[in-house]
Order: sequence, then structure tokens, then C-alpha cells
Amino acid sequence: MDTSSTGVTGSKSDADAARAVLEGPDIARMLTRIAHEIVERAKGADDCVLLGIPTRGVFLARRLGAKLEEITGRPVPVGSLDITMYRDDLRMRPARALARTEIPGDGLDGRLVVLVDDVLFSGRTIRAALDALGDLGRPRAVQLAVLVDRGHRELPIRADYVGKNLPTSLRETVKVQLAEEDGRDTVLLGVKQTSPADK
Amino acid sequence: MMRHLISAADLTRDDAVLILDTAEEMARVADRPIKKLPTLRGRTVVNLFFEDSTRTRISFEAAEKRLSADVINFTAKGSSVSKGESLKDTAQTLEAMGVDAVVIRHGASGAPYRLATSDWIDATVINAGDGTHQHPTQALLDAFTMRRRLVGRDAGLGQDLEGKRITLVGDVLHSRVARSNVDLLHTLGAEVTLVAPPTLLPIGVEHWPAHVSYDIDSVLAKSDAVMMLRVQRERMNAAFFPTEREYSRRYGLNGERMAKMPEHAIVMHPGPMVRGMEITADVADSDRCTVVEQVANGVSVRMAVLYLLLGGNESATPAPAARTEESK
Repeated sequence: MDTSSTGVTGSKSDADAARAVLEGPDIARMLTRIAHEIVERAKGADDCVLLGIPTRGVFLARRLGAKLEEITGRPVPVGSLDITMYRDDLRMRPARALARTEIPGDGLDGRLVVLVDDVLFSGRTIRAALDALGDLGRPRAVQLAVLVDRGHRELPIRADYVGKNLPTSLRETVKVQLAEEDGRDTVLLGVKQTSPADK
Repeated sequence: MMRHLISAADLTRDDAVLILDTAEEMARVADRPIKKLPTLRGRTVVNLFFEDSTRTRISFEAAEKRLSADVINFTAKGSSVSKGESLKDTAQTLEAMGVDAVVIRHGASGAPYRLATSDWIDATVINAGDGTHQHPTQALLDAFTMRRRLVGRDAGLGQDLEGKRITLVGDVLHSRVARSNVDLLHTLGAEVTLVAPPTLLPIGVEHWPAHVSYDIDSVLAKSDAVMMLRVQRERMNAAFFPTEREYSRRYGLNGERMAKMPEHAIVMHPGPMVRGMEITADVADSDRCTVVEQVANGVSVRMAVLYLLLGGNESATPAPAARTEESK
């Protein structure tokens, strides 16, 4: 999960200031499209494993898994990958609570792992996820699916499947809200409050 | 949470639950092919053991290594301490070497506190047992074991031990494990009963947040967990009970007594066990006895403590605002 997605919590004034750029039906359509793209690229997605990055990546991975099952008729293993202990900015902030890492039963060796996250920003989360994957097994290939790519990469990382490319300025924030966590599906574009807590 | 872990009494309910939840995630690392995390890379931890220990020292060392810390083991035997070096000089030596954390076990109650509050050393201090005072990581691993067994592995996340009835039996007087457990279990909402001969209860026990009983048989049926404590002969300089046989008859846990406990209740022991004294072999080997599980849980809990104290730029501060943002 990116700093942008957790930095601003939805107090009333923030939500008013933020503009919704994507709504529920848009998000559903994007996930359907991404699911089809995964099937197409993986020629059937037989050995595919979806790993969501907590918090919202996990919900997206579950939704994506359900869509893949609809398309292929086979259940697709879905898990979660907490990257907290692999972050490169651990030393810059107080230690934070951990989320669950759940690797599906058959493991990752020789599988196609699709990492799923809500917002792709600096790319540091994905770097940490790749490091974490290295300790969990040896996938055949690793791909990345994100709902929103907001640019401003700080590492040579790109997504294989993108819901929406959202060009932003660094003074803006992108916040994904999902029904499972926030009660509704939407992507909010706001202006960053200048607070020292935010990066 | 504070920068040091000196006493279980310093932990708030939220601190303790955060440690237990973190330990639950750490426990999953033990199931992975590569049991290592890069989290404490480049941090140096000294295990400063002035008193004998097998399980605590090995447990801390395993936890430190799984988090990729650099580990230096120091035992008083064979060091300059046997030549007469003081704690202060030892501490300053470690400070000069640039250590980030000191895990200390000392025979004198208060030694870790002295180390943490003096200006001898800048490192984080973790108490691994001091005299008859405190052993906070033991209390945490006991609470972790209870929560897993009595509440559930996943069901326990975010939960405390509200309403659980825990009985501690044996040498409470000399037991830092008992003191730490009473403090922590009380914080977590459990109901604690101490059972011991009057001679093995400390002065002032009536002010502890626990009930006291002299009759083990009357409390067993009302216990969710029974923790047997070792009679610490090495700390005894007087006759606290007539004979070992009498002690074991009146306060030992045997199969017959275990049968009086509720079906779901567990038997715990911080180790080392003295079979035939406080616990019989058939109880120690039964599947209701969690001794081995407690050792395994010890590594996870110590990883959690090390991560929360050393993983960030300052130790985790579960201030209400910060917590709601991170806790899912």
C-alpha cells in the first residue's frame, strides 16, 4: 500500500476537498478487463497465484480472483503478502503493526505470481514485495496489477496490468476506497495537506 | 510503548495486545522455507547474561538472528566480570562498541532498570530476567500461549484475556515469572489466583492484583490455565517447607489433580521443570501441558518485542491516532 493511500484519512473536510475520479462501476469494469488480460497473457492462467498487498490490495486480489474463476471456471489461489518488514523506510518511522502474509497451500514455486496493489506510486512497495517473495519461494514469473498508476516512479518498476493511468502532481493525493474497508468503492484525488506526517 | 522493556507492569493493555498480535505474524515466519526477515539488518544486539539460562538465551538469540540482527553473546563466566568488572564498566564497553540493544539477565533485581536509566549506555534495554523482580518476555509468551489455546489463533487477534481464570502454583516468593505474569495477566483482564505455602508467598502479596489460596484442590476446577512454578532451591537460604515429599504432595500437580481441571484447561510451566517435585512425569508429558509450545512461542514473542522496540526510528507508539491508521 502506498503512502498516498494511507496518508490522508477520510475526515469530512478531506472527503469534500477530494474529487472522485473513479466510481464503483468503473472499478468493477477495470477489474474485469484486468482479469481478461491476465488470462490472455498467461494463456489460461492455470498456474496463476494472486497475492494482494495489504490492506486494499488484498481485497482487490480477492475480487480479481473471483473474476478469474468466472472466466476460466477454475478456482484461482489468492493470498496476501505483507511487506512491512521489507520496507526501506522502516528506520524513518516508528515500528508499525504487521498485516497478514497468507501464501496459498501449493506454494509459489514454479507458479505465475501476480502481485495486486491499489496505487502504484514510487515503486518502493513493489520492490519490498519482490524482496519478500524471494524468501517465500521461486515463482516462474512475477507480474504486477494495480488499480491506479499515478506515476512518479523512484525505481525501475512498471505494472503489467493497470486499471487507470492517473497523471498526478506530487502535491496531490490518491486514495482508493473499497467497500470491504471503507464502505464504498471510489478513487479520490485530493490535494495534499502540508503536514509533517505526510512524506 | 516505551523504548525499553523492563517490567511487564509498564505495558498498557494496547501495548501488550500489539505485541501478541505482532508475535502471531512472526510465528508464521517459522513455517516458511526461509525463516529470516531483513528487518533488523545492521543492528547489533548484545545478550548480556550474568546468570545461567538455556532457554531464554537461545530463544532471544534465535529471535535476533531471524530478524537479521548481529548478535553478540556475553556470559559472565569467562568474561572480565569474573575478574571484578562492574556493570557500569561492562555497559560502557558495550556502548563504545556501538550496540543498539542489550538483552540483559542479571541476578540482582533492578539491574536492567539501572542500565536503562543511567547514562552509561544509549541502547534499548530488554529485561531477560532480573533477580526475583521481573521477566517480561516470559509473561508475554505465557499470555500468548494462553490466548492461542483459550481464545484461538486467529480469533485471538486484537483480543485480551478478559475473564480467563489463571492459577499460578508454587514458589511465588522467588519467582520473577510469577510477578511478571500477575502484572501482565491483570492488565489483560484475566483473573489470577496464586497458590503456595504461606512461606513461599512474598510480604505484601495481599496488595497484588490476585487472589491467594493455600489449597490447590479447591481452585483447580475453576481454572482455565494452571501454571506450575519451579521451587527455586538456588535462591533459598532457609527452610521454607519441611520436606520435598510434603511439598509435592500438597502443591504438586499429578494426573489425579489434572483430571479435576476443566476439559479445555491447560497446564503450563516456564521451565526448567523438576519432574517429581512440582509436576509429575505423566502430567508433564500429557498433551494438555504446553511446555514445548511455550518455548516455540517464546521465539515469536521475542521477535515481536525486538521488532517493535528496534524496527522503527523510535519504538512503536500506539497513540490513538497512529493506531487507527495502521491497525486493520
